[in-house]
Amino acid sequence: MSVAPADTSMGPSGPKPKRWFAPGRIMVYAVLIITSAYWLLPLYVMIITSFKDLNEIRDGNIFFPGAHFGLESWDKAWNTVCTGLYCNGIKVGFWNSVKITVPSVIVSIAVASVSGYSLANWPFRYADLFFTVLIVGSFIPYQVMLYPLVLLTRNLGIFSTLYAVILIHTIFGLPILTLLFRNYFASLPPELFKAARVDGAGFWRIFLQVMAPMSLPIFTVAVILQVTGIWNDYLFGVVFAGLTNYPMTVQLNNIFTSTMGVKEYNVEMAATLLTGLVPLAIYFFSGKYFVRGIAAGAVKG
Amino acid sequence: MNDNANLVRPAPAKLMENGKPPSVSVQGLALNYGSVKVLEKLDLDIAEGEFLVLLGPSGCGKSTLLNCIAGLLEPSQGRVFIKGKNVTWEEPKDRGIGMVFQSYALYPQMTVEGNLSFGLRVAGLPKAEIKKRVARAAEILQLEPLLKRKPTALSGGQRQRVAIGRALVRDVDVFLFDEPLSNLDAKLRAELRVEIKRLHQTLGNTMIYVTHDQIEALTLADRIAVMRSGVIQQLDAPLTIYNSPRNRYVAGFIGSPSMNFVKARIAAGAPNPVLQLGTHMVSLAGYVPVRPLGVGTEVEFGVRPEHLRVGTGTEAGSSEPFDAIVDLVEPMGSDALLWLKVDGQVLSARVESSQRFTPGQPVTVRFRVSLASLFDAASGDRL
Repeated sequence: MSVAPADTSMGPSGPKPKRWFAPGRIMVYAVLIITSAYWLLPLYVMIITSFKDLNEIRDGNIFFPGAHFGLESWDKAWNTVCTGLYCNGIKVGFWNSVKITVPSVIVSIAVASVSGYSLANWPFRYADLFFTVLIVGSFIPYQVMLYPLVLLTRNLGIFSTLYAVILIHTIFGLPILTLLFRNYFASLPPELFKAARVDGAGFWRIFLQVMAPMSLPIFTVAVILQVTGIWNDYLFGVVFAGLTNYPMTVQLNNIFTSTMGVKEYNVEMAATLLTGLVPLAIYFFSGKYFVRGIAAGAVKG
Repeated sequence: MNDNANLVRPAPAKLMENGKPPSVSVQGLALNYGSVKVLEKLDLDIAEGEFLVLLGPSGCGKSTLLNCIAGLLEPSQGRVFIKGKNVTWEEPKDRGIGMVFQSYALYPQMTVEGNLSFGLRVAGLPKAEIKKRVARAAEILQLEPLLKRKPTALSGGQRQRVAIGRALVRDVDVFLFDEPLSNLDAKLRAELRVEIKRLHQTLGNTMIYVTHDQIEALTLADRIAVMRSGVIQQLDAPLTIYNSPRNRYVAGFIGSPSMNFVKARIAAGAPNPVLQLGTHMVSLAGYVPVRPLGVGTEVEFGVRPEHLRVGTGTEAGSSEPFDAIVDLVEPMGSDALLWLKVDGQVLSARVESSQRFTPGQPVTVRFRVSLASLFDAASGDRL
């Protein structure tokens, strides 16, 4: 067979692509590895410590896993550790946090999405003023309003109950969430809204059948913001919930600050990890949508 | 007080040229945003089955007017009638209109079928009827193979056809188009333009079409309303607007390349009017003025590129020859555009591409005065 001479001239030509081990690339990976080690090391120490027993912890090798591998400290943290006056473990706080988080998240997002939608698409008189008030509201430090809110909830008769915490979280979530939703709905093409109106759809139908289905990213962002925000809250929990209703964060703090007996580092680590699990899980499962939602707000589709 | 006056004024009794009442009638419509006047006291009657194009540059208020007719914007003043009924405060859905938007505005999470049927489902029509109407619209617009697809899986032209179909299924009296072809590339735009024209011929509905593209306006319209700063400058048939623009603005806006304008003076009035162009005297015999030509009036002499004769021929209605130099040649396929230097001014002339010209070449130019336009230099009105 004869070799076609044209073949060589057909291939791509030009300088060779850069080698994989180019200095620039090594730098990039070095920075990435060092940074991730810096952030992951504390987590690693916490995890291995939580599986050690107290003798191993006293040896002081905090960076090495012990020979002992046990779930006792996790069991104790969840079921029997003493927080403040009670010794029923951190599970009490977990369920309190769930009872606080779930309704607060649902109600605040439901209200904020509808108000954001009406601000963006059904402008009413003084809508701009209302919006300005909202924005200002979202920047006022919580501490300023703490005492008035205590009086308010006391007069409502819900102070020291879960309802108080739920109410406060719902209200404080509204400004920032409304802002978020308004901006997202305002970024959607206005013709879509007009087309739906020409098609005869009203306020709720446009919201439920046209706008909401297009807004999964922003709803995801809102859920993440609210779940992590409310779950991680300490201030409102400790002020409004009352002794028996403390959320997980408050209970966790009470474990650390108790000055009685031996300091059980393994139990504390386990309790901390348990407390962090919920926000962590939320990020893991919705990270993709989170990034998309943030980006969707920034760039006009 | 103004609202009261609006309420007592009777419905429009005025008849259109075809002897029927107008399909859409806009009376004294004004819209302000604070002190900014977007529409100024606008009157417009559109005949049954008419294709009316609102033409103008961006920001002239044409889309605003369309949105007022659709009921998506509330006017500050005035009334809108559709089929003789005052719909000024009616919801868009109750006006018997369908609207097609520039950005298609398809519901992204619904299939083509879902998009077409949305309005019907909102109206609560029986399933069988919805199916029938969607099938008919899909047939007219050749959307049958696409019914199960989502809008993202469609090309721009297909999306716009779905958007038209959404208006079609609702069996409306009036179609409103808001720059429907502006997002499409040139080839698709031409194709869909023909489809819209055919649709109008088939259905015979009243259509109001907003565009800034004069080719669309000239090809589609029964009548064109040329708008500027919220005011209709001229409302006429396309050829009337092209041949006898009512003012300097309309003359300059319509036509591509645009009309040549030369400063001139009326040297002699009726019965044998003469125009002084620089040092030349041009007889205005054959030009039909709409206003008396006062001697000494400063005017602008407007002549379209195709009404310049370049070369040697003498034709009826043509002026005496002017000496000119070819500055630039733009071949355009079927014809060519010459940029000529005449008396220190640059004029464009359309010539057959068979005629060969080279830059720098001396030529003679004649104006077909009977087809030209004269505008008062001060007011800009046609003379």
